Amino acid sequence: MKRHRPVALALAASLIAASAFAATALGGSAAKRPAAKIDYLSVTQNTVWAELLTSMTKTYAKLAPGSTFKSTKIPQEQLNQRIQLLSSQNALPMLYNTPAVDAVAQMQKAGQVADIGKTFTKLGVTRELVPAAAVILRKIYGNKLAALPFEFNIEGVWYNKKIFADNGIAVPTTFDQLVAAAAKLDAAGVQPFAASGIQGWPITRLVGNLIFGQLGGDAMTRIKTGKAKLTDPQYVAAAQKVADLGTKGYFGEGVASLDYGPAEDLFLQGKAAMFYMGSWILGELNDPAKNKIGLANVGFFPFPRVVGGSGPARLIPMNAGQPTSINPKKLTPANEQWLKYMARNYGDIAMRQKGQVTGFKVHNPPRNLSSATKLVVTQLAAAKDPVLWFEALFSAKATTVSQRNAAPLATGQMSAREFMSSVQDAISG
Amino acid sequence: MDAVLRDRRAVVAFVAPALLVYTLVLLAPILWSLVYTFYSGNVITGFQYVGLDNFERLIHDDAFWTAFTFTLKYGVLVTVFQVGLGLLLSLMYVFYLRRGSALVRTLVFFPVVLPTVAIAQMFAKIFAIAPQYGLVNAALDAVGLDGSIQDWLGRGNTALLVLVLMDVWRSMGFYAVLLYAGLVDVPEEILESARLDGASGVRLVRRIVLPLLGPVLFASLIFSINGTLKVFDTVVALTNGGPGQATTPLTLYMFNNAFAFGEYGYASAIATALSMLCLMVTLALFGFARRDVTA
Repeated sequence: MKRHRPVALALAASLIAASAFAATALGGSAAKRPAAKIDYLSVTQNTVWAELLTSMTKTYAKLAPGSTFKSTKIPQEQLNQRIQLLSSQNALPMLYNTPAVDAVAQMQKAGQVADIGKTFTKLGVTRELVPAAAVILRKIYGNKLAALPFEFNIEGVWYNKKIFADNGIAVPTTFDQLVAAAAKLDAAGVQPFAASGIQGWPITRLVGNLIFGQLGGDAMTRIKTGKAKLTDPQYVAAAQKVADLGTKGYFGEGVASLDYGPAEDLFLQGKAAMFYMGSWILGELNDPAKNKIGLANVGFFPFPRVVGGSGPARLIPMNAGQPTSINPKKLTPANEQWLKYMARNYGDIAMRQKGQVTGFKVHNPPRNLSSATKLVVTQLAAAKDPVLWFEALFSAKATTVSQRNAAPLATGQMSAREFMSSVQDAISG
Repeated sequence: MDAVLRDRRAVVAFVAPALLVYTLVLLAPILWSLVYTFYSGNVITGFQYVGLDNFERLIHDDAFWTAFTFTLKYGVLVTVFQVGLGLLLSLMYVFYLRRGSALVRTLVFFPVVLPTVAIAQMFAKIFAIAPQYGLVNAALDAVGLDGSIQDWLGRGNTALLVLVLMDVWRSMGFYAVLLYAGLVDVPEEILESARLDGASGVRLVRRIVLPLLGPVLFASLIFSINGTLKVFDTVVALTNGGPGQATTPLTLYMFNNAFAFGEYGYASAIATALSMLCLMVTLALFGFARRDVTA
């Protein structure tokens, strides 16, 4: 028996070393971690986060046996209501889609929104966040990192290269050139822009970009702090430029009753030359069943600068999509370990499984990225001074009023001044 | 039976459970809502007593009055058409189709059982202009009425017309059946004797049928006006109150204030105003009916 002891010891040692290696490879130490119990309330409109987090938690459960991830979905329009209700009952899940800015401010006071900046510093994973994503989120939530960037998008104008070439149009670099291009397309019988008036925000995004381009990246912060009003002439002028695009018919004849999907179809089926949209459109662009004009035919340019304006030379609006907040009361040591693991791995998982760009760092970028995804990654890296969007700092009420009134603005049923007054009234309460 | 009903304890035993449920389910929330009208705030920030501030705000709120006007317009238009067409249909069932009316009754009643969202989707497609012309615009295009092709749901006044059309189409079958039930109750002998006296057609309907149908017709009007003043699902499914605020009724305005903006006190004040509107319209109808009877 004695003869076998060194062999047995060596075998045991190698087994321990192998399991330790396996555990380290999975992103953790050899010791088993306590089981994390993660519940997530998210909107039905996005199924990707829950899907990715479910598969990630399955892997994590090898390190922390018994770890579970459960997601509940509700329609986007019920989010504010449900969060308020759960918040009042002290029953928020560990993760929840972030409600409107004013609700977040109230919940921060009530101690129901974790300061992710502090939490990540404590866990040593601050560097796992893409800096620009953190900047954007801090800008929105009163300089506190109140949400996780499961999405990270740039916005700009997607255009049909063939239509541009057929009509001899170069990529516009100024807003005036954009208007001239639209006029040329319209004269040639091509609908210049596809936009959804039912959603409203694809139109108000243009108003916001013109404001940022004309008045600078902090123009909407001045509205929030009360230093300026939307009814000030320079702000109204921005809305007027968008109203002019509408009255000239550049958004097409059915813009007011067009929803997001049909508007997107107009562009993807080659019936409209340009589509202002965020990079979340990548999924559809990469899908040949939906993208009938072909991926090679899709170009992108940042929103053109406003000549004479004080805005950034390269105007790249960014957002973190529908962000997700953390309930600090559910941030147990076990759940903190899950969060740490998630911060280190989410960027890679999302990029590998869905080709999706998130606000988490990608450590091992896949080699076979589509051209559209590469384009977004390049644009994101080039963005030095990201700007927000028109409603980013608005209350739920002001956001609703702005997006509802976008269609009347674009169809001449409401003047630029009336539009801005209605939104300013909603901001003033 | 008399002995049982004279026993106070027996009456209490019979009535108490129903009264308790009624109080809990109906009266308590109404009173709760009334109390909310004197408060501002929400479930996260807590509630602060503000007296009559919410009602004062209501009076000066342009959006409230826009919603109020739309609600009235919509209520009157839909009621007139759904009860009016329901009446015509019921008369057709009884006097024209007679025993063969079962199939037509079923077909006309069919939209009542369809989900509102499905109907709204259908109407949105029928009146669409983009990405493709819907049935209406395609028909206008086919007959050369290019000038009439428009974004029906993209403008306030035309969106109202589509909403009215949709709700009337959806519910006239219900009122037709309701009034049909009233019509078949009209004694045949009375109609026969009226006919013998020379009454027929419009005269028979006006002088004999309508007075006898009065109570059912009146109940239909009360149902209809109260239902349409409280319209919610139809609007949400078809226009969601847009474009802008053009087709936002009081119910949707209240809903948005409560559940999207977290202003429960103000939303309760809107709900109270809507209840008062329904009450006043119902009382006005009662008053009108009473005067009509005495006349």
